[in-house]
Amino acid sequence: MRNVRRWGPGLLLVSPSIVLIAVFVYGLIGWNLKVSLSDWRSAVPTSNWAGLAAYRDLNADLAWSENVHHLLGFTVTFILGALLVGLTLAFLLEKGVRGEGFFRSIYLFPMAVSFIAAGVVWRWLMNPAPGDRSTGLNVVFEKLHAGFLANQWYLGQNWGMSAMAIPAIWALSGYIMALYLAGFRGVPEELREAARMDGASEWRVYRHVVFPHLRPVTLAALIILGHISIKVFDLIVAIGGKQLVTQVPAVYMWILIYDAQDYAKGAAIASLLLLGISVLIIPYLVYTVRSERRAA
Amino acid sequence: MVTLSGGRRARVSRPTAAKVVLLATFSLLVLPAAGNARTATIGGTQASCQLQVFSWWTGGGEAAGLAKLITIWNRTNKSCQFKNETVAGGAGTNAKAVLAQRLAANKPPDSFQGHAGSELRDYIKAKQVEPIDFIYKKYGFTKIMPKGLISQITYQGHLYSVPVNIHRANILWYNPAVLRKAKISKAPVTWTEFIAALNKAKAAGVIPLALGEQWTQQHLMETVFISTIGPTRWAALWTGKGDWSNKGVTLALNRFKTLLTYTNSDAASLTWQDAGKLVADGKAAFNIMGDWQDGYFSGTKAGGNLALKPKTQYGWTAVPGSNGVYDWLSDSFTLPKKAPHRAAAVKWLGFLGSKKAQDTFNPVKGSIPARQDANPKLYGPYLKWALTQWRTDRLAGSLTHGVVAPNAWATDIGTALGLFLQNKDVAKFQSALETAHDKHT
Repeated sequence: MRNVRRWGPGLLLVSPSIVLIAVFVYGLIGWNLKVSLSDWRSAVPTSNWAGLAAYRDLNADLAWSENVHHLLGFTVTFILGALLVGLTLAFLLEKGVRGEGFFRSIYLFPMAVSFIAAGVVWRWLMNPAPGDRSTGLNVVFEKLHAGFLANQWYLGQNWGMSAMAIPAIWALSGYIMALYLAGFRGVPEELREAARMDGASEWRVYRHVVFPHLRPVTLAALIILGHISIKVFDLIVAIGGKQLVTQVPAVYMWILIYDAQDYAKGAAIASLLLLGISVLIIPYLVYTVRSERRAA
Repeated sequence: MVTLSGGRRARVSRPTAAKVVLLATFSLLVLPAAGNARTATIGGTQASCQLQVFSWWTGGGEAAGLAKLITIWNRTNKSCQFKNETVAGGAGTNAKAVLAQRLAANKPPDSFQGHAGSELRDYIKAKQVEPIDFIYKKYGFTKIMPKGLISQITYQGHLYSVPVNIHRANILWYNPAVLRKAKISKAPVTWTEFIAALNKAKAAGVIPLALGEQWTQQHLMETVFISTIGPTRWAALWTGKGDWSNKGVTLALNRFKTLLTYTNSDAASLTWQDAGKLVADGKAAFNIMGDWQDGYFSGTKAGGNLALKPKTQYGWTAVPGSNGVYDWLSDSFTLPKKAPHRAAAVKWLGFLGSKKAQDTFNPVKGSIPARQDANPKLYGPYLKWALTQWRTDRLAGSLTHGVVAPNAWATDIGTALGLFLQNKDVAKFQSALETAHDKHT
């Protein structure tokens, strides 16, 4: 009884959130999974077991493989771009710039703009209209006598989804910069000095002392960017609309559920997206728990 | 919780703290439910009748037209005033999601908007709307609306909605000045003339055929189909015995493919207004779009339109090869099952089909009445022309705008079209269309 008095109130305090999360997160994940395995494929709700039928349909669906390709192209450009730009900005700030606080805020600001608003602006900047109708960046290129750089942007045959990743890089590289900046600051000055004492060049100090310390930061950034990328929806809709040429799984899910009312197939996409994110997150959680235990 | 306030709070001991937490937990769970109960009773005890009408008419001529209808309704129905339940969002995308939730929760409005034809089938199959043949009989709509229209919106022997307006999808819009510049003597009527005109426009250095994003490309494809195979075979494609593998379909798809070579490279980045504006600005010669484009071209600048002069600054004709065929679509209203004020809803539907309501709404909205006895004096130059066509033309239901195919089928066609736009493979596209037909019939 005395034991209950010790942990009881604590448990009661967190129990509302336990109950709410159990129902509204895990309950709904379970329900989604159930729908994806059912035969609910029209406006009339049904809940008979249909096994993996919806998943098999997706597998045979050419549009779906197109979506996955788009997502891959987007993700690779987005993650590499944001990491590189973020790291470069952090490196420059770390080397000591006057007015660091000012630049830090400037670089962070784009993150405060929602994807949907940024998308509207970038849709104009990346306007693919040719010749005298062109606007945005293509005009800038022509004015700079670099007309060869003018391109079709997100409508490009091969690199369309990489262009689509540019607004996302713009939005999140400031955040990645902040992460890296914290990482740089976490490297004890003594370590660098010790390396310099040993005669290491500045490059070698970074190569062998500072960068290895940034590995956990890179991993965290990778996870954060990865899960944003897999779920990307609003940016794509704001720039490309509901068209196959820029379609990604989250947009297809929306079309299947609200336009086609194919609830099982839409739910199957939702489950696969969750699976994709878990593949990223679960190893990371395991890694974090392990390293925390080691530290303890 | 009130007892815990004031002086007694000082004496809260550990067990009571636990009780507080427990209470807080329960109140979290119970309060939202209590909130629901309250609104429910308010809804239930409503003494006066309110006609709840659900639509996505929130802007432009649609909203203005609806406002006029509401004024008439409220003047003649003092006991049951109009309650305007609109949800904003292009072509009803948001509205349909909200409506689906209301219907699922058994809280239907008294009447809701939907495209006439197959798009309503989802609601019919889910038993969410009532057949309304008795309304047609009572008000004589069957006699005054075209037979073709009645038969094309009849599903399994029953009628489910009252069409308020008619739009036409197969219109070729052109810029007369550009045509003169390109030495195109008259608007093309046959397919051969059309291709010749497109070539002349290309030689004159303008975009021959302005095109917009994917749905407008589907719209274009639909008009090419109807022009190529005619309304009878078009209608047959959607019956379940439709033959999508035949030569007519192949020809239509090849024509569509040819047309795409005359279009602007940035089509996917343009809305239908952007594409229409290319014609208005003299940067393109032709554009195929529905007749809502007339409202955009001729409407006031204050309303976000271009204020052009019909016939001099822009011209129109049927899509080449489809003169005498009206590729139609329509906004219509339904009678949901368990409508809270059913008698008023029935009266509303009767009112919507009346000459007065249709001649009030349509000149403002920029469409024509479904009835054939409209007063032409109320309408502008394009609509006057459309009215005469509506009396004589054969009818073909629109695919892109919900008449011939239910949503699921139309979505599959849209997906197949998206793939075709990338690989331009007619054979693959045609077999995908066949598969879609077999899946949905």
